Amino acid sequence: MLKIKNLHASVEDKEILKGINLEINAGEVHAIMGPNGSGKSTLASVIAGKEEYEQTEGEIIFENEEISELEADERAHKGLFLSFQYPVEIPGVSVTNFMKTAINETRKAQGLEDMPAKDMLKKIREKSELLDMDRKFLSRSLNEGFSGGEKKRNEIFQMAMLEPKLSILDETDSGLDIDALKIVSNGVNKLRTKDNAVLVITHYQRLLDYIVPDYVHVLLDGKIVKSGGKELAYKLEEQGYDWIKEEMKAL
Amino acid sequence: MELKDKLISSFFAFEEQVDVNSEVHNIRSEAMKNFEVSGFPSRKDEDWKYTSLKSILKEDYSIFPKKEDAIEYKDVKKYFIHDIDAYTIVFIDGIYSSHLSQTTHDKIDACLMSSALTKDKYKPVIEKYFNKIAPKNSLNSLNTAFSREGAFINIPKNTVADKPIQILNFSTGNESALMLQPRNLVVVGENAHVQIIERHQSLTDNAVLTNAVTEIYADKRAMVDYYKIQNDHANASLIDNTYVEQQGESNCSVHTFSFGGKLTRNNLQFFQKGEHIDSTMKGVTIIEDKQHVDHNTLVHHIEPNCESHQDYKGIYDDKSVGVFNGKVLVEKEAQKTNAFQSNNNILVSDKATINSKPQLEIFADDVACSHGCTIGQLDEDAMFYLKSRGIPAKEARALLMYAFANNVLSSVKIPELQKRVNKLIANKLNVSLGFDL
Repeated sequence: MLKIKNLHASVEDKEILKGINLEINAGEVHAIMGPNGSGKSTLASVIAGKEEYEQTEGEIIFENEEISELEADERAHKGLFLSFQYPVEIPGVSVTNFMKTAINETRKAQGLEDMPAKDMLKKIREKSELLDMDRKFLSRSLNEGFSGGEKKRNEIFQMAMLEPKLSILDETDSGLDIDALKIVSNGVNKLRTKDNAVLVITHYQRLLDYIVPDYVHVLLDGKIVKSGGKELAYKLEEQGYDWIKEEMKAL
Repeated sequence: MELKDKLISSFFAFEEQVDVNSEVHNIRSEAMKNFEVSGFPSRKDEDWKYTSLKSILKEDYSIFPKKEDAIEYKDVKKYFIHDIDAYTIVFIDGIYSSHLSQTTHDKIDACLMSSALTKDKYKPVIEKYFNKIAPKNSLNSLNTAFSREGAFINIPKNTVADKPIQILNFSTGNESALMLQPRNLVVVGENAHVQIIERHQSLTDNAVLTNAVTEIYADKRAMVDYYKIQNDHANASLIDNTYVEQQGESNCSVHTFSFGGKLTRNNLQFFQKGEHIDSTMKGVTIIEDKQHVDHNTLVHHIEPNCESHQDYKGIYDDKSVGVFNGKVLVEKEAQKTNAFQSNNNILVSDKATINSKPQLEIFADDVACSHGCTIGQLDEDAMFYLKSRGIPAKEARALLMYAFANNVLSSVKIPELQKRVNKLIANKLNVSLGFDL
């Protein structure tokens, strides 16, 4: 589904990603862990198409298509989704209206008619129940005055509505208490199928208790330096990253 | 002939059309003398530093429309807020149109300045308020000299106007260039309430210059909400002079939505003449091409324990120019004043300009005054967020601009008007977002 080859990216001439290789297949859950400043969020943003990051080298192939030159909205239309660490507030635009715009713009790009209002409402109802969201929540202005937990739940609600092929969850667990964490990860798990995939970016192993990864990758200084199964996450939680740094020196 | 000279010589012709024996005529003559001395303001005046009238004064304006012109309701229907029940006062090229209007004398007066200025029963009101609130500067004096027609609204003590009042000024373009000088007077008695919507609209691309003066008097505990829609053709210019005098515990607001026109200058001043007064002025400006919108505001805090709120938002594209000059004057006696001012601007194009100048003059020592001014571009992180949801750049930009202007829009108290302004903004941003803004 996603193949990243030798990806280099810079922001304001400072190289942050220094040759990333990563392959994600349908049905898989991958986790990327790493200390602060290792380039985790940059990787998420570069895949999603943020313009401030300059991709200087390498390829991003999504569903057999090189997407490096595509705008963020075009990548979204192809089935990429990024759950933001810090979702933006849009006063005056309700969650429902925002979703209508996002879904219908995506359908337009795919050559489809607008979703009939009845279907839209039904879908909104279904997906909001999945995330245990109050009806009132849907008529509130997007993210405005939302608590940290509400913002993250709203991100996963958008993911549920847009039904992407690949979802990248950037620090989705930050700012969540344990109940919210359960609801959010439960939502993600219910949305999993054999045809889609999830890339979880996180600091802590905590989230991976709920969204269990098939593969764990360690990102250090802009490179994936180690990959393994979910047991790698436990080891990182217990021992930190120093032992990997030592291993690298030994090499 | 220069416009100033033309106006001076036209005044004699004007005098022949009005009753020269009335009290009002003395006021007009006095005002004409004022204008003769001062002339039009120029950029040498501090208050006109960023707005030059030069290019619009070049036109050869007709001072009086040649003939009365009838227009059909169907041709101007779209400019009415027709989905609300309202009193309506319509002027076509400055002349009252009875067939498009719905005035009233039942409990409240929503009628014509021409009758207020000439009929005996209104004499006490005219004597007390006409030309008493507007400062005697050159543009006001010019308007006063030619004052004859406009809206006269009188809400007696303890009366709530049962519906909003619309004042619509149309110009037909039958003259190649026309100058209009409507004069409105709004007197709101103790405990009385009224909501007013005002619009200037030309129906062709011919040049129009409107120099309007509106005086608003709000007695004790009165509530007045005044909404101005400025979305005119590319050759229509408007100098709007609005002055509000408030007595104790009154609450007045003026919202100004500026989306069009060639040059728009809003002189808006509030004078607080009692305690516990609340004054609000808000505006949204969205312009492009070479449009120019200037907000020049003043709140004069004279008495203690009063509040004022100013919130102006502007979005400027192409080579458009915005000016915000907001003055807050707090007198020594006006202790415990709360005065807030904010002016936020987005420059969409790098050729657009905003001149923002907050001016605070505070002579009292126990006050809370704040002001803030921002000038920026649309937030890149927010753009990325919307685009990552599949919303293309153009629509994403429109959503963010709408969100930016939202807190001003949401304080419009007439829901149908709020919807209308939202629609104007959606048209202005030229996008369909799949839902009504």
